Amino acid sequence: MSKDNPDNSRRKFLSGSLTLVGGTGAAATLWPFLSSMAPSAKAKASGASVEVDISNLEEGQKIDLIWRKKPVWIVKRTKSMLDSIDTNEGKYKDPMSENIEQQPEFAKNKFRSLKPEILVLEGVCTHLGCNPAYKPDRNNGELGKDWQGGFFCACHGSKFDLAGKVESGSPAGANLKVPPYRFVDENTIIVGELPTNDEKSKG
Amino acid sequence: MNKIYILLPIFISLFSNLSFASSPKSSLISDYKYSNGINNTASLQRGAKYFVNYCMGCHSLKYMRFSALAKDIEVEEKLFFKNLVFTNKKIGETMEISMKPSDAELWFGAVPPDLSLIARSKGGDWVYSYLNTFYEDDDRPTGFNNLVYPNTAMPNILVSLQGSQKLVLDSYNNPVSFEKVSDGIYSEIKYQKMTNDITNFLTYVSEPAKLKRHSMGFWVLIFIFIFTIIAYYTKKEFWKDIK
Amino acid sequence: MSEKTEPSGVIGWIDSRLPILSFIRDHLTNYYAPKNFNFWYFFGSLAFLILFLQIFTGIFLTMHYKPDAKLAFDSVEFIMRDVNLGWLIRYMHSTGASAFFIVVYLHMFRALMYGSFKKPRELIWLFGVFIYLALMAEAFMGYLLPWGQMSYWGAQVIINLFSTVPFVGPDLAVWIRGDFAISDPTLTRFYALHIVAVPMVILLLVFLHLAALHTVGSNNPDGVEIKKNKDSEGNPLDGIPFHPYYTVKDFVGIGVFLFLFALTVFYIPEMGGYFLENANFIPANPLVTPEHIAPVWYFTPFYSILRAIPDPAYGALAMALSIIVLFFLPWIDSNPIKSIRYRSLLFKINLFVFVISFLVLGWLGVKSVTPLYSELALRFSQMYFLFFTLLYFYSQSRDSLYSYAFSFTLISLLSIYDILRISADNYINLLVGLVLVGSFVLLMSLLPLFTNFNKEKEVPERLTE
Repeated sequence: MSKDNPDNSRRKFLSGSLTLVGGTGAAATLWPFLSSMAPSAKAKASGASVEVDISNLEEGQKIDLIWRKKPVWIVKRTKSMLDSIDTNEGKYKDPMSENIEQQPEFAKNKFRSLKPEILVLEGVCTHLGCNPAYKPDRNNGELGKDWQGGFFCACHGSKFDLAGKVESGSPAGANLKVPPYRFVDENTIIVGELPTNDEKSKG
Repeated sequence: MNKIYILLPIFISLFSNLSFASSPKSSLISDYKYSNGINNTASLQRGAKYFVNYCMGCHSLKYMRFSALAKDIEVEEKLFFKNLVFTNKKIGETMEISMKPSDAELWFGAVPPDLSLIARSKGGDWVYSYLNTFYEDDDRPTGFNNLVYPNTAMPNILVSLQGSQKLVLDSYNNPVSFEKVSDGIYSEIKYQKMTNDITNFLTYVSEPAKLKRHSMGFWVLIFIFIFTIIAYYTKKEFWKDIK
Repeated sequence: MSEKTEPSGVIGWIDSRLPILSFIRDHLTNYYAPKNFNFWYFFGSLAFLILFLQIFTGIFLTMHYKPDAKLAFDSVEFIMRDVNLGWLIRYMHSTGASAFFIVVYLHMFRALMYGSFKKPRELIWLFGVFIYLALMAEAFMGYLLPWGQMSYWGAQVIINLFSTVPFVGPDLAVWIRGDFAISDPTLTRFYALHIVAVPMVILLLVFLHLAALHTVGSNNPDGVEIKKNKDSEGNPLDGIPFHPYYTVKDFVGIGVFLFLFALTVFYIPEMGGYFLENANFIPANPLVTPEHIAPVWYFTPFYSILRAIPDPAYGALAMALSIIVLFFLPWIDSNPIKSIRYRSLLFKINLFVFVISFLVLGWLGVKSVTPLYSELALRFSQMYFLFFTLLYFYSQSRDSLYSYAFSFTLISLLSIYDILRISADNYINLLVGLVLVGSFVLLMSLLPLFTNFNKEKEVPERLTE
């Protein structure tokens, strides 16, 4: 073995490009493996929209459904429930629903909904993902005298009002999320699809 | 005399078994070759439509998702639903059917198999031959038998399109050809084209990834080729040291 | 490499506590390999690459596969269709299994050609044969997992082999299955063994195989020990550092291999029914046996030996022996000359005939049994074992008495077996076969007495290239 006159620059260039191409190849090979861990076609299929009939939903009542493996609530709010909703600056962390992550454009309003009386929310606490409980009764003993009705997360004590807005002082940082949904007719909601333009203007 | 009648089928089966390796039976079957073209989107579209109309009453494709199909045969979702989905299924669902297996058993004596993988386990030529070689046979409850799948329980549902045919045997009872008994709605060529489309569609369904792997493989091979070339010259450069 | 500068900084801190760098140095840049490795020396590193690939793809398949008799088949189709690029991962794994055996067979043939199993490398060979055995177990159990017809019936046939074991056989087979037929418990235990237990065993064996290799150093196409000739620094004169010389060379081999591998994965993953069998796209059905059951190609030579003997117990025994004999190879062939280059013409013929026999047995294993084929399988099974007998015979020079006694004994044994099974309709086949195999034995054992066909060449002191 002799090292008399190795052409060093050529050697460096070649082994450099070999490393580069080989490394790129190895990195590219990772792609199928990483992408295989993303939701499969089956998982995506179960993430398709869900149709629900609310003709039997009574005032003040809440129903649960599953959309994308997550609970979704639909509450028909009474007049007095709607009256209890306010946008008091000090009371809520995001009173005007300005965090665009938490609701579709159409729900950026006082009641955070398409139709004031129908509330559609993802039932997942924005703190660590627990499932808050529906506590519609005012003046609830355990929640104190100021409780106007809303949702209470037992895991870490976050409180949300009847529009899903998080109260100041709760561990949760954001309002409960409003999923995309639209009305097919008076009594049929599709969760998972945004309203078409003319539906929005009607709402 | 009765004994001879009992023995006859045994002899026939013996002969047909013996002749299987070099037999005219297999040569008649091998006349039926479908022309493979899963890249022929128009053929896949027609095949899908035929399948949904003629086959999917009884046969499911339980591994095939409507969404994947719509994408692969390049049909827009609205059009797809209008033409290919007759039930209230959603796009992400698989092509299952509503017929209960127990009902099917009662009606046909056998549950119509799921056809998702038929073209992979039996081959496209088999599917094509099966669709083309129904012939009249009074011994069968359906009135028809099949050359590649003898004693099939499936009725000859395409008979109105293909027309009815009889099997012609030679003196050794080997099948040599078919003879038309009545004409169908379709001409012979049109029927062959139609069954070719169905076969093509089922071949696609048996492995949808085939569409992707061929185009993807090309780039992977080019990449590895470049890598190998560089490795070769690097090796040559380093090995200049070795005397 | 006298300039052993100690690394400093963080790397030095780690290295003085955990000698990773020194380990890499000792086994790559300071590991001297003979400079004359040829084509046949690519397959060791390729086998290592495939092992890594199988483990990696396997882990990702495990994420989507369901080891449940009711769900397994569907979950494989789920991988093929619904998982993003799942088909690619699955084809890499299925093609990898066959590629593993191709590479391992070539690797073993290399060892036969250049005597890499001989002193002082007996342990490397033994670990290697154990790896091969573990690999067969791994492949066999993995093949059950798709739960197709071939998975099911292939496992049925192979597990029933164990019921031929005297006395405990039937109970043993039931115990292996965990049921009276192959069913869910069989699937789940095969799954556990396939994804955890056997891979760990293989990794351990590979480690031992390599540790033993690096202790004694690599053999080479000349079969000359390079450690006998060292320079003033104590490095072999005919050796070169493994890194960079063989690492860059192996990259070329890896490139060519990956090209062929990708070609298979993307264009011919079924390999005409040899890598993925058509019948395996039908879910397992305990009530219907497929018309034609063939094991996957890498088992077929042994499957042929099994079928060649028309008795399940003796057939299984012959098959077991055909693998066990490999363990004894270093002691069967004790001829001090390692490489085929310096061995006799008759040795070369013997090896050539063995390769042919192995291939023919493999081919016969995928065919259905006909009287002709089973007779052929028997004759080539005899040839398979004859290879080892002749290897022993050639391990030293034999006098004429020994040679005559040797050929007489062998031919008598062959004839006795034929006499035992002779009947009115097979005697012509038997006679032809016996004459052919018999004359092969006669020629191979008596030619050394009358010709110089068994003359060996002198082994040089140093490598020739």
